[in-house]
Amino acid sequence: MNIKEFLATRGYKDNPGRLMEDVIHLIFLLLGLVAVGSVLVISIYLVISGLPAIFKIGPVEFLFGTRWASTAANPEFGILPFILTSIYGTAGAIIIGVPVGFFAAVYLAKMAPRKVKDVMELCIGVLAGIPSVVYGLVGMTILVPGIRILFGVPDGATLFAAIIVLAVMILPSVINVSLTALEAVPHEYEEASLALGATDIETYFKVSVPAAKSGIFTAIVLGIGRAIGEAMAIMMVAGNVANMPSLFKSVRFLTTAVASEMSYSSGLQREALFSIALVLFLFIMIINAILNMLKKGGSSK
Amino acid sequence: MKKLVLIMLVMSIALFGAFAGGETDNGATVSTDGSTSMEKVILSLAEQYMADNAGVNVTYNPTGSGTGITAALEGRCDIGLSSRALKAEEKESGLTETIVALDGIAIIVNADNPVADLSIAEIADLFTGKISNWSEIGGADAPVVPIGREAGSGTRSGFEEITGVEDACVYSQELTSTGAVITAVSQNPGAIGYASLASNLDSVKAVTVEGVVATEDTVKSGEYKIQRPFVFATKSDTPLSAAAQAFFDYATSADASSIIAGAGAVPVV
Repeated sequence: MNIKEFLATRGYKDNPGRLMEDVIHLIFLLLGLVAVGSVLVISIYLVISGLPAIFKIGPVEFLFGTRWASTAANPEFGILPFILTSIYGTAGAIIIGVPVGFFAAVYLAKMAPRKVKDVMELCIGVLAGIPSVVYGLVGMTILVPGIRILFGVPDGATLFAAIIVLAVMILPSVINVSLTALEAVPHEYEEASLALGATDIETYFKVSVPAAKSGIFTAIVLGIGRAIGEAMAIMMVAGNVANMPSLFKSVRFLTTAVASEMSYSSGLQREALFSIALVLFLFIMIINAILNMLKKGGSSK
Repeated sequence: MKKLVLIMLVMSIALFGAFAGGETDNGATVSTDGSTSMEKVILSLAEQYMADNAGVNVTYNPTGSGTGITAALEGRCDIGLSSRALKAEEKESGLTETIVALDGIAIIVNADNPVADLSIAEIADLFTGKISNWSEIGGADAPVVPIGREAGSGTRSGFEEITGVEDACVYSQELTSTGAVITAVSQNPGAIGYASLASNLDSVKAVTVEGVVATEDTVKSGEYKIQRPFVFATKSDTPLSAAAQAFFDYATSADASSIIAGAGAVPVV
């Protein structure tokens, strides 16, 4: 009887279609809230489980300590090596990956013949779809021994190997986003430049690229985001020793620090791993904020 | 609305009953507490035992050997788990040790490495960086590349304890699985690593330690030195509960051997 009254007050009785409409709205709202809820749960959980250890260890010792020995008799929890490794590794991947990706995008957008472009885009699509564990596996079996032999270092599992793997991994997103930006440049710009007597290359680099600037920056920031968050592939090639970073030394990233010790961790060690995750989370939030600013800057022009 | 509430109430009671049902049959619980290295062995045993004996619940609390021994002594658990032999004073304080399995750790080098035998002191020096080139101990002129497991791994703590290199190893790689260690060692001519005896060591060379080949038999006889016992610590004066005694008997019987071997340890019966 309650239900009938309820239906009457909302006017559903006279208009059954409206009830359906409202129910569907509700379902869609709930589905939309799944994403919002996940973000909230993850953020709150990470802060709650990550903060205590930071204060137990001491924020300064935690963030700027240079030694990580989580299971030693006198444990030490300094994550500066991980932070620096993540920054260096990402920077290295950007330095190698962005020029390659950028020039590839310019070539694809402006110079490549139709057939070449189709084949290359297909390859880039496949590259984007390769799971990171496969990158790691190939890196582990080809790149790591290759670096050992080529550079004459005792062991090839180094920061350098991780940088190469990351550089290849960010290529698809750098190329695709830059390509979209370059293709969106109005043809009139280029035609005007050509009509004024500029060569093709001059036109591409002095007209098309500056016009696509914000899209290209977005591509770079996306690449940074992908590189800093990657764990699986670099866990297999970087050696995972908590050294201060150096190009031909075994290193541990923020992501791999969490992943490698999580399975058998306990007590303060486990709490500290959550704190590392929190630091990583903040890094990625900052990168996302930059990305959003760039996007807004780009669209307001 | 009232009907709805009623239905939900009935459903939740029914669900609760279904979940709790397993334990209410006879409600026996066997609690174990201790060594994280024994996790795989104890969980495999518990799984099989619970499958065979419906209604018994075997719990495991991964705290560490020291904590497990204390817990057994204070009666906070039925069986304390220790991955080292009990010390004399621990036995005097009223605990009995029963070895359920042995854990042998193979020392592996690259298949092309000419070094075939190492002493425990040499192994310690290789991992701490005191010996940095294989030529120092009669091998080829190649830098030593020590490859180990991540902090917290039972194999790592076992290896470091036995060779006396706790917290002193200078690793070149810290990998998260035995398979990864074996792969890395198989690819680097200067590599040295350690792996559980039960793993597949075909792609690498297991060296003899002080002249003894690492096999189940040499681990059992005690000739192979890089090994440690997996111990059940129980109170000497108070008998175990019926359920705990039954689980204890099962774990130390020949029936459990294949389970223990499957979990990577060497059974003693």
